[in-house]
Amino acid sequence: MTPPLPPALGLRDPVLRDPAAARRVFWALAGAVLLWPMLTLSEFKPWLLLEPGALTPALRFAADFFPPRVDAEFAALLLRETWRTVTIATAGLALALLLAVPLALLSVRVLSVSILRGRMARWPALARQSARWLLLVLRSVPELVWALVFVRVVGLGPASGVLAIALTYGGMLGKVYADILESGDPHVSSSLLRNGCGRLQTFFYGLLPQEAAELTSYTVYRWECAIRSSAVLGFVGAGGLGQQLDSSLKMFNGSEVASILLVFMALVWAADRMSAALRRGLA
Amino acid sequence: MKIDLVELSAKHPSAKPDTAPAIDALNLQVRAGEQLAVIGPSGAGKTTLLHLLACAVPPSAGQLQLNGQNPWQLPRSALHALRGQLFLAPQVPPLPPRQRVVTAVLAGRLPHESVWVSLRSLFYPTAPERAYHALAAFDLGDKLYERVDRLSGGERQRVGLARALVAQPDLLLVDEPLSALDPSRAEQALGSLKKSAKDSGATLVVTLHHVEMALAHFPRILGLRHGTLAFDLPAAAVTPQHLHALYDQHLEELHGHAAVDEASLAPSSAPVVMVCR
Repeated sequence: MTPPLPPALGLRDPVLRDPAAARRVFWALAGAVLLWPMLTLSEFKPWLLLEPGALTPALRFAADFFPPRVDAEFAALLLRETWRTVTIATAGLALALLLAVPLALLSVRVLSVSILRGRMARWPALARQSARWLLLVLRSVPELVWALVFVRVVGLGPASGVLAIALTYGGMLGKVYADILESGDPHVSSSLLRNGCGRLQTFFYGLLPQEAAELTSYTVYRWECAIRSSAVLGFVGAGGLGQQLDSSLKMFNGSEVASILLVFMALVWAADRMSAALRRGLA
Repeated sequence: MKIDLVELSAKHPSAKPDTAPAIDALNLQVRAGEQLAVIGPSGAGKTTLLHLLACAVPPSAGQLQLNGQNPWQLPRSALHALRGQLFLAPQVPPLPPRQRVVTAVLAGRLPHESVWVSLRSLFYPTAPERAYHALAAFDLGDKLYERVDRLSGGERQRVGLARALVAQPDLLLVDEPLSALDPSRAEQALGSLKKSAKDSGATLVVTLHHVEMALAHFPRILGLRHGTLAFDLPAAAVTPQHLHALYDQHLEELHGHAAVDEASLAPSSAPVVMVCR
């Protein structure tokens, strides 16, 4: 037997009204109201872009981009600086890993043995918290500031870029590694800990096999960021493509800037391919 | 390993403070080398009892003694070393999907290995023959170098049990080892567990949904209900009346419909990671 049909409803019948609609409208409006002062404070005036006085020189500079400079002399220079940029990013990231991995392992709660008692013991809890604070300090100082500090210590050149990337990226990698390790299913690692395994053993036999692909792809992504960031560091004399970009920009040499940007795009593309291949390999 | 529980109570690890204890003032003595099955309806506290015996959760009241010693009075490191002599095989086998079976099984040896040996074993398995023999006891010798995510739910469950065999503990605690196995596999799995425990003189405590299996394989049966002992009898003395009283209102479970299905055994895929980039 089919149940009796409900009485026909008009489109505006109160039964059909979405009870969440008013709340949604309110938060959309509230968001807009909050955003407005931020836009004025950050001097967001897009119409300035279209004023002829600003537009003509910008367009002239952009027109210079074509054709990019590709003569042999510049290409050789570009190749050398590209290699230097790659080494800065890679060396910086390798040093960052030395910082990030131990700090991440230290700060991960799922590797706590004492938590089996119900609550983490005082000293382990303090050690975890300190590791988190250290990571926070490392990553909240922008790499540009670290670079300016190191340029004074070790002088102009790639070394200061490497150290700057190592510190800031160590903080970022450590934090995200810890988050990735904690976001997975804790069943595997808690079982190992319960059966008396050590923390490092639990990491290598429980956590790492579960999260390897995620950790790798994030690391490669950060390597890509390090390449971009070495451009900014080049502006303060840390060497590499960035320094070249800086001098080309200062001379308003659009075709050189275009070539350098193309190299950056190629590097980012390569990082992207590498990440995809690694993820496939670890899947 | 000898077990003594005196008025032991405990809560489920994730329970709110005002909930009733999952194990309530339980008294129990188990001699070293004894083999017993724990039966009872879902929610009776079987898993919590195993967690208590594995020193995985602290008791909220009463006393637990293993070999005449209260483990929770030991220093932290000594307690953790003691956990290496106990082995708790959870109902859902804790196997990372991308790990190879050989590694997953040898993980049972970790408490007896140094960090260096266990790291070396990741590059080349240090004792593949151990893993092979343990797997062979469950008819899985041919899966030695297979990846865990290529296995079926039942195969994963048996890999989890093979890990228990290589661990060679003094006290082997197994939670619902048969929930994903067909009857003949279940017979074989129980037989292998019992034989391994007997050969090494380990005490074996197994929780089972399958009452007939428990009665057929274990000399001593604990009936657990609402966190207390309903009965503690030799298998021959357990009557249908006992069982009916134990499973009162849960009679469908008495007749072999375990509350778990195979789907729940396959490790759920990890939640999507949302990280700030």
